[in-house]
Amino acid sequence: MGGIGAAFEPPGEQWVRVSSRLRTVRRITLLLLLLPLSVIGVVLAQAFGATVIGVVVALAAVAAGAIGWSAVERNWRAWGYAERADDLLVVRGVLTRRLVVVPYGRMQFVDVTAGPLERRFRIARVQLHTAAAATDATIPGLVPAEAARLRDRLAALGEARSAGL
Amino acid sequence: MSEPGEVSRPAVSERPEPPHHADGEWHRLHPLTPLARGWTVVAAVLFVLTQNVSGTAAGWTATGVLLAGAVVVGLIYGLFSWWFTRYRIEEDALRLDTGVIFRRSRRVRLDRLQAVDVVRPLIARLLGLAELRLEVAGGSSSEAPLAYLSERNAQVLRATLLARAAGVRPDAPEADEQVLVRVPPDALIRSQLLSGSAIFGILLVIALISGAIGLHTPFIFIGAVPTLIALATSEFRAFSTHFDFVVAESADGLRLRHGLLEHRSQTVPPGRVQALRIVQPLLWRRWDWVKVEVNVAGYAPGGGEDGTSRTSVLLPVAPRATALGVVGRVLPGVDIDAVALVGLPVRARWVRPIGWRFAACGADERVFVSKRGRLRRELDVIAHGKVQSLRLSSGPIRRRLGLATVHLDSTPGPVKVHAPDRDAVEARRIVEAQAERDRTARRAAGPERWMTAHVQPAHIHTGPAQPAPDQVDQPPPSEPPPGPPAPSPPTPGPSAPSPPTPGPSAPVQPGPGEPAPAGAERTGFDHAD
Repeated sequence: MGGIGAAFEPPGEQWVRVSSRLRTVRRITLLLLLLPLSVIGVVLAQAFGATVIGVVVALAAVAAGAIGWSAVERNWRAWGYAERADDLLVVRGVLTRRLVVVPYGRMQFVDVTAGPLERRFRIARVQLHTAAAATDATIPGLVPAEAARLRDRLAALGEARSAGL
Repeated sequence: MSEPGEVSRPAVSERPEPPHHADGEWHRLHPLTPLARGWTVVAAVLFVLTQNVSGTAAGWTATGVLLAGAVVVGLIYGLFSWWFTRYRIEEDALRLDTGVIFRRSRRVRLDRLQAVDVVRPLIARLLGLAELRLEVAGGSSSEAPLAYLSERNAQVLRATLLARAAGVRPDAPEADEQVLVRVPPDALIRSQLLSGSAIFGILLVIALISGAIGLHTPFIFIGAVPTLIALATSEFRAFSTHFDFVVAESADGLRLRHGLLEHRSQTVPPGRVQALRIVQPLLWRRWDWVKVEVNVAGYAPGGGEDGTSRTSVLLPVAPRATALGVVGRVLPGVDIDAVALVGLPVRARWVRPIGWRFAACGADERVFVSKRGRLRRELDVIAHGKVQSLRLSSGPIRRRLGLATVHLDSTPGPVKVHAPDRDAVEARRIVEAQAERDRTARRAAGPERWMTAHVQPAHIHTGPAQPAPDQVDQPPPSEPPPGPPAPSPPTPGPSAPSPPTPGPSAPVQPGPGEPAPAGAERTGFDHAD
């Protein structure tokens, strides 16, 4: 990270991390994606008698899985957020590092969403919307209690500090 | 809120205008509406039929019958639609009921009004009709299009709505205006000829001619015809949209009037311009011309034919000094050239080999400014307190170089304020400082109803614990002003056609007439040659 780390430092002690269950969900998604692909590849290669290609496909799938496995880990560690008195900060991204600062008074609405797999692992995603389409403030992998708390707190703060456009 | 109604009545009865919209009654659109809206359908049907008709007499008869049927059905539907569409002005909102089968009732809060447009397409102009569009933040298209009203009616209704939105008496006459800039057609044509697409088209034609001569075949042209037609169409559309562009200023905000075939008259109230960008293409530099684009919440970007190019241009072309004068009216008290800008670190040349010397950003107590570009120069301006969110991003290469880009997000529009490739630590400092400046500016922000700012400056956001701002910011218009003499005396009576403008302009005749000729002198376009 070097010098760039200072630019994405947390405002306080440290960033609030998202739940490690996000990591689990993403790894399951990764496997659900890779397994059928590699199985199909190997079976097809066998059917056409090209065993070497089958081995290559299997190895590629394993390599992709290994890379993805650690990428999920790093990506999960990259997520963080912090609530300040007047705004919410979210950082994310490994390759492209991003920080977004959303003032509570600028919030138009807050979304809490959870897909089937996320519901199964009891995590949810909180998304903040402002009048700008470019605002890109999403926090995935929050435990439901934290998601609900954040949603209510953001809504309350947004109302208290609301400003015209 | 019974007083304003009573206040308005004598004045309305005194003024001999047939439409008095402030009465809270239901109104219908102009009876010619079905005709003005239906002609496109008729034209489309006609086009399809003439494409498919066979040359026989029977074919023509069938075509005629079909066409007549389509016209009749269309007219009947249009009549029903007209009958079921009605609107009225409620206390602080416009109600619009539409729909024959699926009824829709829409209520547009006037204090949230972002802009009001009077649009007159060619056919409507011939019939003396105009469409009134209310733009509110958030919709994908115009929130409450009133199509069509008579031209006079549209003007009066616009004045009434703006008065309500401004928080002055509903019968206040339309605010006086001062013309700031008028873009002459020849300047517009020259600016377009010097733009990238026109140059490309001319070069393409030259290349084709020389190719055709060299190869002794004219067929080389045929392949290029669609491209040329597309180029010509877009150039003509830009010309037609910006023809006779007039920028005027009034107490109700900026007035933009333009259009050759479809005439559009936009009113953007004070404080509704979210961000702006001053653009100078390479070939304009010799004359120091610039173009000014703005973000206005509610002008949906790229929304089909209502796209950005039509509504988000503040000035299609003007000398830089003139443009800065207009910008100074949009952002009062701001001198863009006086803002101290800081450039990029030298290592930014690895990602920005040409432009790194020319990119710079900075802020004063009112605005954040970012400029960039070696060939095509761009300068973004956003007022503190208009920033929706701040972002900092750094991709893999820039991360190694310790660079990051700062984005100051505005409402959707052509202007995307950003300061690219700053030193990363400095970029974070910019973000933090800007967050602080925005916070301060939001607290000090004036009310949504711009005229009420003159009446009660002391009540607005006095402490950190704010009551709901909307309630604070909406004193009834009839309340006596506590402070200095208010520009709009709330005393009832017929002797009050005084303009609500507090500006330094001498009282000119009220009404939506043509701009005062005195204003034309300050167009500043004369030294453009």
